[in-house]
Amino acid sequence: MFAIFQYPFIQNAFIAGSIVAIVAAVLGYFLIVRGLSFAGHALSSIGFAGAAGAVLLGVSPIYGLMVFTVTASIAISVLGREVRERDVATGVIMTFALGLGILFLSLYHGYAEQAYSILFGTIVGVSRDDVVFTFVLGLILLVVIAIIGRPLLFSSFDAELAETRGVPVRALGSIFLILIALTISITTQVVGILLVFALLIGPSATAIRLVHQPLQAIFLAIILGLAYTWLGILLGGNSPWPVSFFITALSFGVYLPVRLLSKGIDSKRSAKGFEKLSITDSALASQKDRND
Amino acid sequence: MNSEIQEPIIQLERVDVQLGGRVILHNIGLSIQPGEFVVILGPNGAGKTTFLRLLLGLIQPASGSVRVLGQTPRVGSHLIGYAPQHRVFDSELPLRGRDLVGFGLDGHRWGIGLPSRSRREKIDQALKEVDGLDLADAPFGQLSGGEQQRLLIAQALLTDPRLLILDEPLANLDLAFQQDVVALIDKVCRTRGATILLVAHDINPLLQVTDRVLYMARGHSAIGSPDEVITESNLTKLYGSPVQVVHTLGRYFVVGAEV
Amino acid sequence: MIDILRHDFVQNAFLAGAIVAVISGFVGYFVVLRGQAFACEALSHIGFAGALGAALVGASSLEGMFVFTLLAAVGMGALGKRLSGRDIEVGMVLSFVLGLGVLFLSIYTENATGAVGVLFGSILSVTINDVQVILGSGVFIIILMAVLYRPVLFASIEPEVAEARGVPVQRLSILFLILLALSVSVAVKVVGVLLVFALLVVPAAAAEHLTHRPWLAITISILISLIATIAGLTFAFIGHWPASFYIVSLTSLFYFIALIVHAVRSPRRYRELPHPSREVLPPAD
Ligand SMILES: Nc1ncnc2c1ncn2[C@@H]1O[C@H](COP(=O)(O)OP(=O)(O)O)[C@@H](O)[C@H]1O
Ligand SMILES: [Mg+2]
Repeated sequence: MFAIFQYPFIQNAFIAGSIVAIVAAVLGYFLIVRGLSFAGHALSSIGFAGAAGAVLLGVSPIYGLMVFTVTASIAISVLGREVRERDVATGVIMTFALGLGILFLSLYHGYAEQAYSILFGTIVGVSRDDVVFTFVLGLILLVVIAIIGRPLLFSSFDAELAETRGVPVRALGSIFLILIALTISITTQVVGILLVFALLIGPSATAIRLVHQPLQAIFLAIILGLAYTWLGILLGGNSPWPVSFFITALSFGVYLPVRLLSKGIDSKRSAKGFEKLSITDSALASQKDRND
Repeated sequence: MNSEIQEPIIQLERVDVQLGGRVILHNIGLSIQPGEFVVILGPNGAGKTTFLRLLLGLIQPASGSVRVLGQTPRVGSHLIGYAPQHRVFDSELPLRGRDLVGFGLDGHRWGIGLPSRSRREKIDQALKEVDGLDLADAPFGQLSGGEQQRLLIAQALLTDPRLLILDEPLANLDLAFQQDVVALIDKVCRTRGATILLVAHDINPLLQVTDRVLYMARGHSAIGSPDEVITESNLTKLYGSPVQVVHTLGRYFVVGAEV
Repeated sequence: MIDILRHDFVQNAFLAGAIVAVISGFVGYFVVLRGQAFACEALSHIGFAGALGAALVGASSLEGMFVFTLLAAVGMGALGKRLSGRDIEVGMVLSFVLGLGVLFLSIYTENATGAVGVLFGSILSVTINDVQVILGSGVFIIILMAVLYRPVLFASIEPEVAEARGVPVQRLSILFLILLALSVSVAVKVVGVLLVFALLVVPAAAAEHLTHRPWLAITISILISLIATIAGLTFAFIGHWPASFYIVSLTSLFYFIALIVHAVRSPRRYRELPHPSREVLPPAD
């Protein structure tokens, strides 16, 4: 069972997967709290065009992914103001990018295989260089989110109040989307563009239903994310089925019962939880003001 | 006021309501006469909205009897007009004022509903009654809160209801708009002889038009004229903690626990 | 140009494209109004698993998509009163079924090309049989949508009032999702799973920026998707790039034009009116 770990590509997959699982779980928590899960999905789809374009130009897909997702995240934060509108604006950009991706791939030979690996991930194709790159980028992402995490959370719960306290709400929102774009770029290596949701949203969506305190939720999300990834690689490495299938199945398989069991206390409870959060958080913020 | 021999439009006897295993309303008994203007007061979570939903037939009592317009409440009655609380409309909502008001007339019917003269006239009539004809073709989402509220009242009026249930129609309106809306509702009450049940947080803007107050707290209730109900002994009993009432300059101020 | 119209596959492509465009334009209006863009996206991805699963058991991809999206629609409807704001639930289901699709694909390995066809559309391989199925579903969807028109509109905007007036809000929401599932399945045939958004959401979103009248918006929405589809197919037959690329580019172009028109037409004019001047304002149009 564990014999697969003697192969270097499995080791690479394991290390890159672990880094990605941690970063995605942390960023995913904020994504959910901000109600931006659709943007998360859209950004990953947009990455498809970038990856396809990179393939066409003969460079590593990760660069194309980063260029496209970051550009798109800026466009999204400029375009949409209200949630409903934002979803649609995001969706339009997403669809157009996918169309571009198709165009790029159709210009490239080996159309189907390339599309497949971009869309569904080829974790066993991760090289040592990729691991280093993922590690560095992941570290930067974690540091930045550690710095902006608290005001970001505050502005997610009560944007107006945060603004009066001097939190640059809009700028934070845009920076956050860029962080998400970068997270998606590295996550794609593991699960592919279409399945990013499983690692980005899955762990936090489950954690948020189990504990209400932000730090605990993030911590639990990291544990879940790591567990899905490790188990997924282990199962995928020992069977003919793809790793990304196992990761999505685990992510969903844990989420579903948790979601169903917490159904009765559904919206009221979570709304209350958020209220509590926002109070603690504004308390924190005011304390910080005093300290400053 | 109305003669006492008329059959009450709303009658509750020993009603208990449970939601999610919790008792929300306990042992409520009251009767309301046709044409009365009743204001429902009480802190958040007191069960005001639950009470209204009970009257609309959206929830069933755990025990006791509820009669509205002489029968057990059932959804779909065109004799009741309803405007729920906290409705926030997307400012990009792609419909006109007229379309929203029209829902009150035939929004629940199947089929596409061809435009007709009589339909248009009925809608215009209701719009006129709330002084909102000029808002008919404006994008609904971009109207101000007070303007939206008038149109929603017009919507509730379209079926010629005998009972108008308005959940916090004055919330988020400034004083001028509040007076506008109160005057409008009062006009409807007087000219149509409709019964009004209106949830509010402050009785003062409504004092001129209120017949009786239904005060709810902790699942209990008291009903009567403002003078009778808004007293220290009454509210202290309802809240279960000391409450002070200041009645001065023709206005009520309730001070205490969690008012 | 006219010559190629003689080919069967070209005729089929135009027929299927036109029918799907009309359906999507109509149903899309409600998708946007109800804020269910994400649900639409999820259904299309679920269709992907369906299409690949169908290949496993030897059924046609359209049949597989019907089964999967319908089941998903019922499930999603049962989960919540209305689906808007349930992005997380939708997204979780979405990623799971995509994973399932990957599994099917890995079992049925020789079909990577087929999978790409499902993902990006394969309008040029539409058979006359498919056209018949698409036409049948189209008629069914349009008739049912017309019957449900008023209550769905009502329930989308004011669910509480609609419920009090006796509209079966929850059941309507499921029914609408079922119609959406059918529409998605046929739209996938034309533009593919990944681009269903282009036909089902983008034209309607553009139309809703241009007018506040429901029927006018529906008409404009249908026109946009029809024009984009027909023109996109025509370009694809003349040029060398994929049809779905042209279709997506055209609908996106319409959307951004609508966005600009909307912005230029001073959108806030009603809100800024001072209170007393309401009386003297002529009926706006
Ligand atoms: N569907 C429900 N399930 C369980 N509890 C509910 C439900 N709806 C309301 N409640 C509870 O009933 C109480 C009264 O609510 P509500 O009638 O909305 O209060 P009000 O309108 O007076 O502010 C609240 O404590 C609320 O949490
Ligand atoms: Mg209430």
